[in-house]
Amino acid sequence: MKKIFLIPILIAFTSLACLSQTDIDGIMMEKNAFCIGPMFGYSSWKNYWEGTLKRENLNLGTLSTQMYSVMGNYGITNKLNVLFGLPYVKTKASAGQLNGQEGVQDLSLWVKWKAYSKKIASGRLSLIAIGGYSFPISDYTADFLPMSIGLESKNLSLRGMVDYQRGSWFGTVSGTYVVRSNVTLDRNSYYTTEMHYTNEVDMPDVASFNIRAGYRDKGLIAEAVFDHWNTLGGFDITRNNMPFPSNEMDISRIGFNFKYDMPFHPQLSITGNVMTTISGRNVGQATGYNAGIFYVIDFTKKKKTDADDSKK
Amino acid sequence: MLTIQKNNNMKKIFIPIILFTVLVNSCSKDIVENNLEFPALQPKSTDINAGIWKPILLTGPTEFPVAAPIAVTTPDYIAQINEIKTWQANLTKDEEAIVKYWSAGAVLRWNEILRQLVAKHNLPPYQNPDGTYPVPNANNPLAYPQFPFANPPYASRAYAYVAAAQYDALVAAWHYKKLYNRPAPYVTDVTVNALIPKTDLPSYPSEDATVAGVVGEMMKLLFPGDQDFIQQKVEEHKKARLIAGANVRSDLDAGEALGKAVAQKFVTRARGDRAGTAGGSLTIQSLFEQDCIARGEIPWISQENPKRPGMLMLFGRVKTWLFDSITMVTTIRPPAPPSTSSQKFKDELEEIRHFSTSITPEQRAIAHFWADGISTPTPPGHWNAIAAEDFVKQNFSEVRWARNMALLNMAMMDAAIVCWDAKYVYFNPRPSQMNNTIKTVTGLPNFPSYTSGHSTFSAAAATILGHIIPSNATKYTDMAKEASLSRMYAAIHYRSDCEKGLESGNKVGEYAKARARTDGAE
Repeated sequence: MKKIFLIPILIAFTSLACLSQTDIDGIMMEKNAFCIGPMFGYSSWKNYWEGTLKRENLNLGTLSTQMYSVMGNYGITNKLNVLFGLPYVKTKASAGQLNGQEGVQDLSLWVKWKAYSKKIASGRLSLIAIGGYSFPISDYTADFLPMSIGLESKNLSLRGMVDYQRGSWFGTVSGTYVVRSNVTLDRNSYYTTEMHYTNEVDMPDVASFNIRAGYRDKGLIAEAVFDHWNTLGGFDITRNNMPFPSNEMDISRIGFNFKYDMPFHPQLSITGNVMTTISGRNVGQATGYNAGIFYVIDFTKKKKTDADDSKK
Repeated sequence: MLTIQKNNNMKKIFIPIILFTVLVNSCSKDIVENNLEFPALQPKSTDINAGIWKPILLTGPTEFPVAAPIAVTTPDYIAQINEIKTWQANLTKDEEAIVKYWSAGAVLRWNEILRQLVAKHNLPPYQNPDGTYPVPNANNPLAYPQFPFANPPYASRAYAYVAAAQYDALVAAWHYKKLYNRPAPYVTDVTVNALIPKTDLPSYPSEDATVAGVVGEMMKLLFPGDQDFIQQKVEEHKKARLIAGANVRSDLDAGEALGKAVAQKFVTRARGDRAGTAGGSLTIQSLFEQDCIARGEIPWISQENPKRPGMLMLFGRVKTWLFDSITMVTTIRPPAPPSTSSQKFKDELEEIRHFSTSITPEQRAIAHFWADGISTPTPPGHWNAIAAEDFVKQNFSEVRWARNMALLNMAMMDAAIVCWDAKYVYFNPRPSQMNNTIKTVTGLPNFPSYTSGHSTFSAAAATILGHIIPSNATKYTDMAKEASLSRMYAAIHYRSDCEKGLESGNKVGEYAKARARTDGAE
């Protein structure tokens, strides 16, 4: 009954959740099943990287981000799922005068397609492709980092994934390329490494890499995760400057996730995640957690015999 | 059967790929920056008599003599013409690009370059381990913290000196242009191509090289760590004029030499204008503070951690351009702000607390549009950008561009002096100091509240710009009001700061208008 396992990632100077609530695991929803639920996330950082220089900022103190989101996944077929995620994000600095920001951030939509699945050596190999699109829902501003709730770009992502499961143990590797649209500022010039006389900012694309492995069987998933996000271009924050949306934001994180289906009511599951930053550039050294409750509604009238076949 | 399956698979693969391609294209990344769209300058008048316009510091247009040019029939001149032809015979794309770039105007492009240098250097120094702050050192500009910290008063001064020196240099250049009346290369030799619009304006000394010479020299004083960048721009500018067929080398050499000579007069003024000591000290700051306490008011306190000395606390004593210091104190200095113990003060504080909790998206956008905080060309730079975009449409000659930029920037530097004088004389606390629940949507400036710098700069700028382009006067006034209000939306200024700032800015602007009416250009 592995239905959904969305991992919101609260990183960098914004949550960047738009790109991160992707279903980044190798599990599919079955045909006609719809899984939906709320999640809460919290992350914070005190230190950040100004370019490659790690520092604190006494005029920000600790920057915390709270996120409340709704996520869902619907199985069009056993091999084709559509997903969405919509977070409400709130930022706060513990010191200094800068006003925290809050609002609905970006709506993310994904199509997930299990392109190939075959038994190989007593295990099962799956190849999965995921296309995603996200865009801002409210008119928050990206030009107020690190208080901004998002980066404001529209993002188109394409992810390739390999998943291998043998018995109760699995490993998943995926790589993602994200094309990001320009963002529009409220001002008509800005300085990066030179002056730009326009309100439009070219956002460099992003490549990311995710590897996860652990236990996955009926009712329980427990896995370790490594995640790397690499901005393909952009510039470093200069000394004692504020961050800017088109900075070269790179981040590597490790974490642990679990998902547990309630034995008394397997349609109901809880998820949890902890994640911490091990290295970065132009981002906060964030550590955070999130938790969610998901419920599966099956729109198929006929009774299931083996709800787990999509997994194995 | 197999074929059909393949086709289906192909479709499955191709549809997403096509969709992806379409969406990628919809995220088009091409950005055309506004300043690269400016057309080549085609002045509606050459202002051939601008040599009699009133200079700012020069005793007259002939204070720095320019020798008579060699005759256009000499072998040396013909060799200079051939130099142009050699360039033109084999133009690269890059060379075409620099001709196009510089053709928009010398004053315009150097103003843009100056705004870039200000933005680059507009970063407050990071604290020392002991909680004190290092001070940028002009004699060691590349060591951290780099010199200068181009904050708004520093920037206003940089824009003013560059603009004023540039104006005087061009007045002198125009005098000699009319005197010697040497035509442009494309007139003396019809086989020289004009890659820019032709003009009847005599080409000796070159107005472009005059600007490059004077501005380059002023910039090296103001941004000594960027000399290589500045020199590279000077060379590129001169090359562009040569390639364009607009000037021979002797036009350029004479112009650059004149510009450099005029710059020295302004450098001398700058060294003695008291800006060098405007940084003050904690001892001086405590005198302002004690004075404020003695008047029964609550003094300003830095809200940075660690506490940073107030920005350029003696900038109010820097030498003004348009009026003397007695006039400033007696006629322009705003009245005292509402007492920190008065009901009016409490009401104004409450108004700002309200903005800090209930700003609308429109108000936030206005606050950000006018924020002009760190890493930007500052509010005076913003008004230079506004002026430049409008001046482009006016087809001014270079000398008129320079004259208008000088009026604008002398007014804004004087506005900075007037405003900084009030800030430290009254030493009024910021809203967030008086109510620590007030949070801001832009960086909190590290100096006293009254009056608002944005309001003072903007009103001074709007007043003189409205005189220069009367049809835009209402637009400029509205913009100044919006810039002023933006500081209340951002929750960093009270209403009195903004209103009184606009008033004193308008007064400064009137002095600029008075000069404009009598400088011979109208």
